[in-house]
Amino acid sequence: MASIDIAEIRKSYGPVPVLHGIDLSIHDGEFVVLVGPSGCGKSTLLRMIAGLEDISAGEIRIDGRRVNDLEPKDRDIAMVFQSYALYPHMTVAENMSYSLRLRRTAKERIAAAISGAASKLGLDALMERRPRALSGGQRQRVAMGRAIVRAPKAFLFDEPLSNLDARLREQMRGEIKKLHQSLGATSIYVTHDQIEAMTLADRIVAMNSGVVQQVGSPLDLYDRPANLFVAGFIGSPAMNMFDGTYRASGPVIEVEGGHRISLPSALQVADGTRITIGIRPEHIPVGRAGESGIPAKVELVEPTGLGTILHVRPFGATVKAFTLSRDATAVGDTVAIRLPVERLHLFDGQSGQRVS
Amino acid sequence: MTRPKRIIGTVAHRGAILLYIVFALFPLYWLLKVSVTPNDLLYSEGVRLWPSRTSIEHYLFVLEHSDFPRFFRNSVIVSGATAFIVTILASCAGYALSRFTFRGKYWIVALMLLTQMFPLVMLVAPIFKMLSPLGLTNSLTGLVIVYVAFNVPFATFLMQSFFDGIPKDLEEAAMIDGATRFRAFSQIILPLTLPGIAATLGFVFTAAWSELLFALMLISSAGASTFPVGLLSFVSKFSVDFGQMMAAGVLALIPACLFFLFIQRYLVQGLTAGAVKG
Repeated sequence: MASIDIAEIRKSYGPVPVLHGIDLSIHDGEFVVLVGPSGCGKSTLLRMIAGLEDISAGEIRIDGRRVNDLEPKDRDIAMVFQSYALYPHMTVAENMSYSLRLRRTAKERIAAAISGAASKLGLDALMERRPRALSGGQRQRVAMGRAIVRAPKAFLFDEPLSNLDARLREQMRGEIKKLHQSLGATSIYVTHDQIEAMTLADRIVAMNSGVVQQVGSPLDLYDRPANLFVAGFIGSPAMNMFDGTYRASGPVIEVEGGHRISLPSALQVADGTRITIGIRPEHIPVGRAGESGIPAKVELVEPTGLGTILHVRPFGATVKAFTLSRDATAVGDTVAIRLPVERLHLFDGQSGQRVS
Repeated sequence: MTRPKRIIGTVAHRGAILLYIVFALFPLYWLLKVSVTPNDLLYSEGVRLWPSRTSIEHYLFVLEHSDFPRFFRNSVIVSGATAFIVTILASCAGYALSRFTFRGKYWIVALMLLTQMFPLVMLVAPIFKMLSPLGLTNSLTGLVIVYVAFNVPFATFLMQSFFDGIPKDLEEAAMIDGATRFRAFSQIILPLTLPGIAATLGFVFTAAWSELLFALMLISSAGASTFPVGLLSFVSKFSVDFGQMMAAGVLALIPACLFFLFIQRYLVQGLTAGAVKG
């Protein structure tokens, strides 16, 4: 178990910068998820921690020790790859014991370690099989088993569930979380799937274009996204965004179509500033036509089973609203939606930074 | 497709394959046929698929009274050494080209391709000029050096393509597991490249085994001749000893066949199945 400190890490391929100075402190035993769209640099950062990519500038410390110039083998970390990367010419048992054999661990200790890991992961019956005789989920388990037999300082996960189908992914997600609870190991997990990030993380690091956008607990990011990127990335269905103009007299925000949203207190921005208003679909109450609220025409109805996603058009923009009610609402109906001011996220239209 | 149509299609398909196999194997068959035909029947019986009487006299003569065993031994040494050295060099070079980016990589690849562009005949004279003062003409070592030089570029590209087919993740996983890059290469990547190594060994071995031009130009003594050159010794000024020549040819096929028999199980692809999600 160890802490990992990342200071001013930069990475560029030739003249192209990929990471623009990342600072991050990961505490002992913490489960941190790096989340962002593909190409945001999250995998590169993970690979730099593992020692698979050179560090252009900055410093990485594992357990207080600078590891910039250490070979991957000397960093004492384990990694689970998206492709699993099992050694195809070795059995499951050999795959899991390879790292211990390289370290010349005593045979009895190797046997104990792999049988412990195998029973933890339900692999006992498969130990003599080759990877090609395993299903996707079993391969995934072997890859995790290979990581845990070593009891490393930290676990790195590079999109480990991306190759699994939806149901298996959900199941393995639960298993990874359980595993972390029982081992308590420092873990860094890279994913582009915000649901994995929300469910697994102690802390989420949201990244975009090589820059950390926000670091916080899953609920922090959900409740108070620091900018438009995080607001749009976290949450499903995605947050509604529409533009308005701030009027200090009131204070109100004027939305297209003449609607005015009164604010409880003034914002720290100049009168006339363009504001992007965000509200999550699940925070928009939907009422029948004629009830209080903004009348809106239903354009699309998406039942999810749990509830229904309505695409409605109260003013210029289309707004998605999620409702648990199963009232038969059809395309073309008119409903009344409300935009509760305490649920609104307000962002500067120019910089995208949160202003509320 | 209807049933009769399908049957016709299958028959045509199989027929075409059969035709090709007959076409490809017929020269080998003729080699064998002539090698067992006694001299007195060779010209007297006309063209027949099998002689009325067979004998192994040519084989006995070739083995007991000609220089053929020595040619044979020379060929085994030259081809074996060439295949071995080329495969080692090509494995290392192919791995480097597949995995690393380094300064001058582009130019090295371009130069290697350039060497493949010239007809070998053009290079015989300069190579003779270079090897002669070094005392490497008339020597098996000289021949091995030349063969290695000519076979390394193609073998490197061949090995590179095999390494390209092996996911990088595997050696990265090994390196994180505690292996050095060399250990990851030798314990994880090489075993998975066995089909590629077998293919390269086989390719280079047969290329060296049947090479005539350089063997003929660089070697003048019978003591250092390889078997393709030796075959020519059955051609004399006034006659060609077809029976003995063919018998020698059949014997020369044996090591190549054995070699492929030995490596064929590695040529079967699919060793990497299951490593990563396909």
